[in-house]
Amino acid sequence: MLGLGVDRLQADINRLLASLFHQGVLDEQFLQLQQLQDETSPNFVYDVINIYFDESEKLLRNLRLLLMDREFSDYKKIGLHLNQLVGSSSSIGARRVRNVCVAFRSASELSNRPGCLRGLEVVEHEYHYLKNMMHELFQLEQQRILAAGVRYPM
Amino acid sequence: MVCEMETDQIEEMDVEVLPSMWPENVGTEADKQFNVEKPAGDLDTLKEVTIEETPTIADLTRLPELMNSTQQGSSQLTNLVKQWEYMQDNAVRLLREELKNLNRQREEAEAKELKIIEEYKFETNEPENVPVLDETSDLFRRFRQKKRDALVDSKKIEIYEEFDTVAYWKQKALNLEKMLEASTERERRLIEKLSESLKTMESQSAPVQELTQNLKRAEGFLHFILQNAPIVMGHQDKDLRYLFIYNKYPSLREQDILGKTDVEIFHGGGVKESQDFKREVLEKGKASKREITFTTDLFGSKTFLIYVEPVYNKAGEKIGINYMGMEVTEQVDKREKMAKLREDNAVRKAMESELNKTIHITEETMRAKQMLATMSHEIRSPLSGVVGMAEILSNTKLDKEQRQLLNVMISSGDLVLQLINDILDLSKVESGVMRLEATKFRPREVVKHVLQTAAASLKKSLTLEGNIADDVPIEVVGDVLRIRQILTNLISNAIKFTHEGNVGIKLQVISEPPFARENALNADTEEHEQNENAIPCLFKKYMQASADHARKYGGTGLGLAICKQLVELMGGQLTVTSRVNEGSTFTFILPYKVGTSDDYSDDQDEFSDMADHQSEPDDTAEGYFQFKPLLGSIYTNGGPGIGNDFLPHKVMLTSPIKLINGFVADPSNNTGQSEMLQLENGGYVDESKLETSSGHCPESAHQYENGNGRCFSKESESCSSSQASSEGGTLEMESELTVSSHTEEEKAETDLKETPKPKILLVEDNKINIMVAKSMMKQLGHSMDIANNGVEAITAINHSSYDLVLMDVCMPVLDGLKATRLIRSYEETGNWNAAIEAGVDIKTLENEQVSVRSTNRLPIIAMTANTLAESSEECYANGMDSFISKPVTLQKLRECLQQYLH
Repeated sequence: MLGLGVDRLQADINRLLASLFHQGVLDEQFLQLQQLQDETSPNFVYDVINIYFDESEKLLRNLRLLLMDREFSDYKKIGLHLNQLVGSSSSIGARRVRNVCVAFRSASELSNRPGCLRGLEVVEHEYHYLKNMMHELFQLEQQRILAAGVRYPM
Repeated sequence: MVCEMETDQIEEMDVEVLPSMWPENVGTEADKQFNVEKPAGDLDTLKEVTIEETPTIADLTRLPELMNSTQQGSSQLTNLVKQWEYMQDNAVRLLREELKNLNRQREEAEAKELKIIEEYKFETNEPENVPVLDETSDLFRRFRQKKRDALVDSKKIEIYEEFDTVAYWKQKALNLEKMLEASTERERRLIEKLSESLKTMESQSAPVQELTQNLKRAEGFLHFILQNAPIVMGHQDKDLRYLFIYNKYPSLREQDILGKTDVEIFHGGGVKESQDFKREVLEKGKASKREITFTTDLFGSKTFLIYVEPVYNKAGEKIGINYMGMEVTEQVDKREKMAKLREDNAVRKAMESELNKTIHITEETMRAKQMLATMSHEIRSPLSGVVGMAEILSNTKLDKEQRQLLNVMISSGDLVLQLINDILDLSKVESGVMRLEATKFRPREVVKHVLQTAAASLKKSLTLEGNIADDVPIEVVGDVLRIRQILTNLISNAIKFTHEGNVGIKLQVISEPPFARENALNADTEEHEQNENAIPCLFKKYMQASADHARKYGGTGLGLAICKQLVELMGGQLTVTSRVNEGSTFTFILPYKVGTSDDYSDDQDEFSDMADHQSEPDDTAEGYFQFKPLLGSIYTNGGPGIGNDFLPHKVMLTSPIKLINGFVADPSNNTGQSEMLQLENGGYVDESKLETSSGHCPESAHQYENGNGRCFSKESESCSSSQASSEGGTLEMESELTVSSHTEEEKAETDLKETPKPKILLVEDNKINIMVAKSMMKQLGHSMDIANNGVEAITAINHSSYDLVLMDVCMPVLDGLKATRLIRSYEETGNWNAAIEAGVDIKTLENEQVSVRSTNRLPIIAMTANTLAESSEECYANGMDSFISKPVTLQKLRECLQQYLH
């Protein structure tokens, strides 16, 4: 809070990002997202990711409802939901979520209910992991901006 | 002589027997057959001897002896005798029965006669009439005497009693006389019968005759069976000398055979074997069979199945063998053929399974290749993350040393990326996944750009030359990216291995008659001082000319292999000729098509597109370029600016400020500086200065060598635009322009175009995607309308005109493919009937002036999540002009806009 941790915070952010890249949680598309952020939309990444989480939350809830229904058979609807999720995940560069979604989708195409249930579990897991990571990232970012904003009179 | 004498005697002896040899039932046939043979005159052949005379001549000297001495012979005889005895017994029994009958009849008759005589008074007159045969008369006499003795008293009594009336007695005497006559008659007949049966008894044959007949029958039967059988039978004594032989088709005379052994008779293969076999059987005392192939002068090569059994005498001692042979040459042949066929079959089956294995292995290999491709792809993603991060890092505030380290890191990373791209390319070509595009391009420009890019990073004092023949068309159709790749590869190789002199590209048209409409494009790249003995392995993957080379020059050795594959994929061929100390020439010949100039603006590739704006009319037809090295332009400057030249295109274009924004505390300071430096680098540098500095710092040159490959590929897209800024300079100078000047140029161009601002429609249902795409468009200086599905898109297009549509493929309500089809049908027909049929509600249709717009084809770009070739084909099939694979990046979007917005 004294404006001394800026470098350290930046290093933390970089390390976190690097590890996320390394794990395949994120891919280069996330960099694209960051490039799109400029003066006119300083919170672009944050906004997009937030919308992504909102949307995905809804989709996941729907998916769970659909799959929990005993007389469920609407795999097509699941496919549509997953298409949405895949599209938005790949747009923000959430690579791992996207990949597990694709697997989930192929299970749904085969009308494989156990596969779908497992897929949903995995997707939810990945999604929450991503959310936590993003939360951490944004917190670090926040702190860094605050720290960078500190000015001392010469 | 003795032998002959004997046979003669025997012949005489048996002359009478011979005609009756054949039993009646077979005699006719057999006679005929043998009669036919007799007139043929082969009286002295073995056949005749064996069939007709062997039984008589050869046989009878020994056969009875044999018959007597051997067990088989005696048992046969006993059988015959027994049979005969049985028959005789039967006959005797029958005769006896008959005799008994007759006797009884006679007794009855006698009894009657006695009675009559008793009744008859005048016995004395009559006695002499009765007897006919001596015997019976004897009997009769004896009988009569007896009667007389016995009947004297009673007669007398009767006579005395009934002697009363004469008439009565006369009458009675007459009657009695008649009865006597009848009785006598009967007796006579009986006697006749008796004598008859006695005669038949006499005519019954003698036992010997019967036996002979039976024997004849048996022999006839044997003859009947054997006369046509392809069988040789024989008997050999203990020393294996023939005593008897039967051969249907004899080729030797009897005296050649009898009394001799096999070895003495025949010569050739198999004879010894059969002899040994017979001996073996004789020794073992056990009958057995064997197949023996004879190859004798007598009857050629034939295979016989031979059965040999030992013969014992009554005492149980071996006295010889019986031998039977049958020719089975054909059967053996057939059998061998069958075996051979079976063998062939087995071999073929083995080969088949081998082939299957090979196929399996090939499949495995293909899978492995695909695996490699996938792996490479997987490696690429995180690696690009690393490089990306490093690039971001390079835009932060760093000191000189850090920057240098970082640059090395980035260039190494890029090298790995390039390598992975190479592997991917190669495996794509090999697995047949690679698709070539057919776009129009200008060969001159391609050559020029390749040389330009090469010259930009040239660190040696080489002259790069481009020589294009006049008859090369201005525009041809082909896969420009791949051709560029080939040329770049060859040129960079050439530069790498050439130490002084020229490196050049020559382009000329070769006419090849077989390709009626297609000429061949021939591009030579010259390269000096190629080591000659390394040529054979030049095109092999991962193969360097020598270990020495590898150390000296580095590199993976994939380049030429990819070039070769690509050229072959395009239907051409890549060859190399080389002379030590004079240089090498790599030649590749590609078939090409000349593009029609009508839709010039529509299908142009980016380079010519850009060149169009530059009002350089000479450029399209110019045939000669020369580039002198620009050594030191980068290296002599030194300082923190160096790294920027190696930054990838995309980073540079999207002004670093934005990029760094998220990470760097005060961006304005930093980026301002880097921008300035870029401009500095991009500026004009005097040629003489370059040359003097050429040999200046080899170390630093070496250090950046790795970066070259990357520079080529990434710079390639921007070259033509950079060329624009050098309007004043000569061609030689153009090569000096690097990426850095591009940013400015791009901006200038978009400014120019802003007056008629293009209208873009994004059809996308995903909020996130919309946000991202919109933001990207904003950065590229465009705004766009949004439609959430196909129906909205059609409505929007109906209401206002657009210059470009970006269409998501996968959408609810109406997907991108269908929507595009409907839009295309609208363009063709001028009405929305198809859309209405499909259930799209379009109200304002009638008010629109459609006819004007329908002539223009609206560019529709698909945005698809599947990057597979099939789905791209599907896009094209549904009337889309191009496609961007998701996720959309700035780079892709920019390329797309450049291509479709003029």
